[in-house]
Amino acid sequence: MPGLTKTDRITILKTLLKIRRFEEKTIQLYQTGKIWGYLHPYLGEEAVASGACQAIKKDDYIVSTHRGHGHCIAKGGDLNKMMAELLGKSTGYCKGRGGSMHIADTHLKILGANGIVGGGIPISVGAGFSCKLEGRGRVVLCFFGDGAANNGVFHESLNMASVFKLPVIYICENNLYAISMCSKDSVACEDVADRSDSYSMPGIIVDGTDPEQIFKAVSDAARGARKGRGPSLIEAKTYRFTGHHPNDPAEYRKKEEADYYKSEKDPVTNYTQKLIKEKVVTKKQVQDIDREITDSVEESVKFAEQSPEPDLEQFLEEVKHI
Amino acid sequence: MAEIEYREALRQAIIEEMDRDPKVFLIGEDIGVYGGAFRVYKGLLDKYGPDRVINTPISEAAILGAGVGAALTGYRPISEIMFIDFATLAMDQIVNQAAKIRYMTGDSLNVPLVIRTQGGAGRGVAAQHSQSLEAWFYHVPGLKVVMPSTAYDAKGLLKTAIRDDNPTMFIEQKMIYLNQGEVPAEEYLIPFGSADIKREGTDITIFAYSAMVFEALKAAEELEKEGISCEVFDPRTLVPLDEQALIESVKKTNRLVIVSEACQRGSVASDICARVVDSAFDWLDAPIKVVAGLNTPIPYNSTLEQASIPHQADIVEAVRKLI
Repeated sequence: MPGLTKTDRITILKTLLKIRRFEEKTIQLYQTGKIWGYLHPYLGEEAVASGACQAIKKDDYIVSTHRGHGHCIAKGGDLNKMMAELLGKSTGYCKGRGGSMHIADTHLKILGANGIVGGGIPISVGAGFSCKLEGRGRVVLCFFGDGAANNGVFHESLNMASVFKLPVIYICENNLYAISMCSKDSVACEDVADRSDSYSMPGIIVDGTDPEQIFKAVSDAARGARKGRGPSLIEAKTYRFTGHHPNDPAEYRKKEEADYYKSEKDPVTNYTQKLIKEKVVTKKQVQDIDREITDSVEESVKFAEQSPEPDLEQFLEEVKHI
Repeated sequence: MAEIEYREALRQAIIEEMDRDPKVFLIGEDIGVYGGAFRVYKGLLDKYGPDRVINTPISEAAILGAGVGAALTGYRPISEIMFIDFATLAMDQIVNQAAKIRYMTGDSLNVPLVIRTQGGAGRGVAAQHSQSLEAWFYHVPGLKVVMPSTAYDAKGLLKTAIRDDNPTMFIEQKMIYLNQGEVPAEEYLIPFGSADIKREGTDITIFAYSAMVFEALKAAEELEKEGISCEVFDPRTLVPLDEQALIESVKKTNRLVIVSEACQRGSVASDICARVVDSAFDWLDAPIKVVAGLNTPIPYNSTLEQASIPHQADIVEAVRKLI
């Protein structure tokens, strides 16, 4: 794979596994009532964040969604702070005020997950203006789902980004369902990527379960954006393994469909096998990596459980003037 | 002190802040060669170029989102919504994004954004271009709401808004852009939450903001002839509100009329009323009266339009009832 070193590929594998293990754990914690509110697992979609974030630099921005754990992990998010936030603790990314849908990190250039479908897309326009104005060749990676692509802000934002040639990479994670609405029934064109024509930007479709395809598409888009060629729209065809949230049995979709994706298109299994087959890693190395990641996820749970609850007095003091 | 127009005062504030801080930029519809619908930005495109005076398509949500995104990434944008009525198209970005991000991320991100807009009736532009929607934003924690009446206040408050690290709704009124007012040559800033007594008085406090300050001042003048001394209290910023100064004024005069161009139902005026009753009931010698707009969409016909919003005569009548 041109542009991908052995180290890159191992990093992608680690990111895939880290997201998978983290999400599996959060579902368990949700089912035992330790995490409450909303939780939107990224299982099945790990390849998109893993490939995309590997293709941009540390200093580039990402804009995330309500299903944002994978994006934050792939951009380097701290598992302890994430888990603490999910448990509503004071040591969490948002001091327990934000929960799953609002994780942000200025240092890692994570401009925030978002509880509003499509809400981050216009924000990417502003971050794009910043990158253009400062002239340092930075880019913005804006994640959103197929549901958001039908929202008005998608159209406003892509038009404006194109008019001003902003360095934004729009990456649609088409996981086929917006809660229960299938994108085949909600998107009027064949593919979301077709809409790029209307905004005079490249529109690329990739297999969203293959991190290397995503890496390549995002690398190309970032290269163009850094040179001042403006935004791109990438549609990653992926699949959400679970329901919209852990309590959603996903009765609106066929069992055979879910079974197909889980058995044939699992990004973690497939990429692991691929790297073993191509002798990038050994089976033993994968087991070691997986164990280390599992341990760090367990560690994050311990960290979160041992962390104090947010201080009510402090909260009341901090918000009394708003 | 030089007398300048309200809109010129805004323009001066913007120029001074753009000269001082290269991170300040403007983004909105028709703000380029056209200079803004009310010409506040006249000449700024030539002065600062298209990277700092960004003339956009008609896309309110994206204009606001661009403001939020740029603010999150180190800039201090002024996003303009041409008429406050059009803020409806950008409510997610204002209410769910700008107002929430700092608090819901545990202070890890700041949104130093100014949302400049104007509202109010009086120009015959009917129901979709004449609303007074400040109560919507007043209601949302996380937003500051500034409504200056004079040129002096407009300049000093806009400079403060631009330097503030949180989102500010800066709401002007379309009928007062050409009002002249004294503005000093040297730099000054007006802190948020500091009310201004526009006229001292002893018998009754008239709380009024934005264009209604001038109706209140005219009413006070008329009432003075009858021997009634009115104190005209201009909060200048609704959020934060200088509640202490208002309570002091009420304690001095023992009577209160609240004037607002917006309709009364669910209004800022109603909330001010409740707050004064809560804090200063024992000092009140009469019930509080609210003089507000009718609960109606603003009509086009001039007679009907004028009947929909308060005027000097309505304030005079309200005061007479309380004295």
